[in-house]
Amino acid sequence: MLDRAREPALLLIAPTGGGKTLAGFLPSLAELADGTHKGLHTLYISPLKALAADIRRNLETPVAEMNLPIRIEDRTGDTSQTRKKAQRADPPHILLTTPESLALLVSYPDAPHIFKGLQRVIVDEIHALAESKRGDQLMLALSRLQSLAPDLRRVGLSATVDRPHDIAALLACHPKPCAILQADPGPDPDIAMLRTAESPPWSGGGAAYAIPAVLDQVRKHRTTLIFHNTRAQAEIFFHNLWLANDEGLPIGIHHGSLDRAQREKVEAAMVAGQLRAIVCTGSLDLGLDWGDVDLVIQVGAPKNVKRLIQRIGRANHRYNAPSKARLVPANRFEVIECRAALEAARDHDLDGDPRGPGPRDVLCQHILIRACSGPFTADQLFSEIITTGAYRDLSRREFDACLDFVATGGYALRAYDRWQRLVLRNGQWQLRDPRSAARIRMNIGTIQDSDLLKVRMRGRGPALGEVEEGFAASLTPGDTFLIGGKIVRYEGLREMTIEVSRDPGRKPKVAVFSGTKFSTSTQLSQRILRMLQQDDWPELPDHTRTWLHLQRQVSRLPEPGRLLVESFPHDGREHICAYGFAGRNAQQTLGLLLTKRMEEMGLAPMGFVSTDYATLVWGLDPILDTAPLFDLGALRDGLDGWLAGNAVMKRTFRAVATIAGLIERNTIGQKKTGRQATFSSDILYDTLMKYDPHHLLLDVTREEAMRGLVDFARIEEMATRIQGRIDTLRLCRVTPLAAPLFLEVGKVPVSGAADERLLRDETTRLMQAAGLA
Amino acid sequence: MNGYDFTLAGADLQVRGSGALYWPARRLLCVSDLHLGKSERMARRGGTALPPYETQDTLSRLDAELAATTPEIVVCLGDSFDDAAAADALPDRDRLWISRLQAGRRWVWIEGNHDPGPVDLGGTHLNELPMHPLVFRHIAQPAQSGEISGHYHPKASLTAKGRTITRPCFLIDGDRVILPAFGTYTGGLRCHDVVLTDLMRDEALAVLTGPFPAPIPMPR
Repeated sequence: MLDRAREPALLLIAPTGGGKTLAGFLPSLAELADGTHKGLHTLYISPLKALAADIRRNLETPVAEMNLPIRIEDRTGDTSQTRKKAQRADPPHILLTTPESLALLVSYPDAPHIFKGLQRVIVDEIHALAESKRGDQLMLALSRLQSLAPDLRRVGLSATVDRPHDIAALLACHPKPCAILQADPGPDPDIAMLRTAESPPWSGGGAAYAIPAVLDQVRKHRTTLIFHNTRAQAEIFFHNLWLANDEGLPIGIHHGSLDRAQREKVEAAMVAGQLRAIVCTGSLDLGLDWGDVDLVIQVGAPKNVKRLIQRIGRANHRYNAPSKARLVPANRFEVIECRAALEAARDHDLDGDPRGPGPRDVLCQHILIRACSGPFTADQLFSEIITTGAYRDLSRREFDACLDFVATGGYALRAYDRWQRLVLRNGQWQLRDPRSAARIRMNIGTIQDSDLLKVRMRGRGPALGEVEEGFAASLTPGDTFLIGGKIVRYEGLREMTIEVSRDPGRKPKVAVFSGTKFSTSTQLSQRILRMLQQDDWPELPDHTRTWLHLQRQVSRLPEPGRLLVESFPHDGREHICAYGFAGRNAQQTLGLLLTKRMEEMGLAPMGFVSTDYATLVWGLDPILDTAPLFDLGALRDGLDGWLAGNAVMKRTFRAVATIAGLIERNTIGQKKTGRQATFSSDILYDTLMKYDPHHLLLDVTREEAMRGLVDFARIEEMATRIQGRIDTLRLCRVTPLAAPLFLEVGKVPVSGAADERLLRDETTRLMQAAGLA
Repeated sequence: MNGYDFTLAGADLQVRGSGALYWPARRLLCVSDLHLGKSERMARRGGTALPPYETQDTLSRLDAELAATTPEIVVCLGDSFDDAAAADALPDRDRLWISRLQAGRRWVWIEGNHDPGPVDLGGTHLNELPMHPLVFRHIAQPAQSGEISGHYHPKASLTAKGRTITRPCFLIDGDRVILPAFGTYTGGLRCHDVVLTDLMRDEALAVLTGPFPAPIPMPR
């Protein structure tokens, strides 16, 4: 690390627990040792506030021991206003912060003073930041810092990733290079499937069958992390684990929807070695050193090999001992998926879909931030932005459109001549009203919180966590649900807080959390398809092996270069099942498009359900010729019409409009009473669609939805892969591979006027119940 | 578009799915809280530049309602403009549009908290409009009968088969009607808010707007 300290940019790749963070600081300590540097020397950025504080403590010890004249401070959302002010006037030598706090710092007019003389920036966990808009925002901030401090050198610290060059390109100050330093990856992990007495069920994600085996493992290890893919699954599993935990082993739960105090309690107990196991989600994917973890259990198929490897790295933080992990498939198909993931992990075949060009909503926010710090010229800002890896191909036209949006709203109807946000004076762009800087600063950041309501014990009891507003709306007093492993009874809504009381002993509903549902990655799906081509599967448990053989006997197994479609009657309805292996989101979109197309062709679809590997559609008439259904051009035409009114688009728009600064999450002097004054972003979306369909933000929204929740890219990828080779089999009954889909939750009924019909039925029912009809 | 008919203080009235209220006997159409010029006001006050199409959208929906009901009297129940300056800043196109809508009928602007003073547009400006047996005003007052008001932008949610549907709604009891906001850029106040539950009697109904307006017991 010290040898490479002069590189303009350097990416250090080392497995979790390799001590790479301290290595990143070595050159700083060396350069600061003689005490001659004045002001800020090194900026450290981490995705987690807690990590910044943790690293500060870890750094302060050796600095104090060696008696070095170095001042180290952290700055996050938790830092006091006085401290923050002092830091701006007299910056420490080393400042540890987060992307959002840095963006805020860059927005101040005194940014040139703060960052003058800055020598190094260290971006920790850059692989995690690189997957989100937080990373894009950070890199744009760095492009600004580079102008303020031209000598700035960049260091990125990353866990093992599939495409180190992609991350290096993000970190580089374009067109300067970024060198890559690979640390010894250490011994291969010890990973296997967890042996259980019972076989997994045909569908579902609870993995309740594995509870005894998991408890047995917890007993045999010092500390176990039990990872789940979703918060809801973690809650259910934790609940079931406690029902079976006769010895009362100390087991905690940790996920992003729990109250911060609750989470911190669990974290502290963990560090103190008081817990034998933690049921958790991605909230523990990053960062902190969890001490004595000697086993990681992954419940549910990992969906993505890279994440699996990073989770496994949580076990055993000694560099040269292998980490140990066990996989628990939640259902029969996941047995195959887990097996494929194990093999991919052994082959070091990591996955990851390349990200597209830098998102323009983040760019719009960056322009606002830049305007807060003082006047600028468009030329100067543009040349700064294209030094950023993700934006290096940004065209001047695209940039100008973003600038126009920020300045005027960018509408076809030029309505804001007098009230532009930015105005051009003497060739320089600046805020029309300097007071608006405060409003802009309050809305910096790219993390989206959906509408969450706090959950609290009745009578000023402790806060338990948060649930989505939509879930809260479905509750009536007396309903019970699970949160933080407790069954609670819904009492009522009070000033945007859900009040609950304790109520053990009833069967709870499961809260809906905003955690992401991951799709199985392309690479992993391909590996599964290849596995299915084997003559036999001695590596799989008998129950799964028999299942696959039976499928081959009565139908066929899906193949990599072809699309298998089964058509069969069942229970008085006709079905088709398409094995696209395109991941959950894309299969869901495929279901919507197929049924829309069937509707147009008079094939009377009634509903569909999707998993990561297949979509099952049911209707009234048998479908024997499926080729016209899967015509890519026709599907794409359907997409345009369907997308416009789609909830996914509205949700995506809301995020885009918030980041780009059209919707303000926080306003000055916001009062609860003003609720009728605020209106939903859906109204803005509908208005734009109607009057200004080519507006920049709609463009960005479409682009994101296609890549994200709609994931049409993977439908196109599937279409390219199969090249029209569709095998349609007519069968007399449900096939072994299709059977689990009948048990899937999340069936989507197809009916255009569903809302109106539901409203009419329900209003009649309610009036009758009230004796008013 | 279907409607929901009911009687208030002896007057036969009709809830329209658009959010307007129609009184056939007097050929009177009433709409509330248009909030014209909202985006202009937000931008003027240093806020964000919202899509500047809400006045156009609100007026075209109002236009359609006038075409469907051909009223002799139109009552705008207050907060017709987001503020006085927003009314002044209306582009000529929208001013002409409003004059065209006003042509050949009586037009009453009731004052609201957002637009307390008279505006430089045709029509009569009133604090409230009594018209036996009803009275039209912006904000509901306790202990009234036959009162038609707006101001609160009530909305209600229904949950059926796992789907929650939220719509602006009318609140109706034996004393009064509270209209939903007609303007495009308007949010809503849930009708279980204590201000509304205090105002409305226990047996009050909520009528959700949409193609098939139908009453439900007011959610509390």
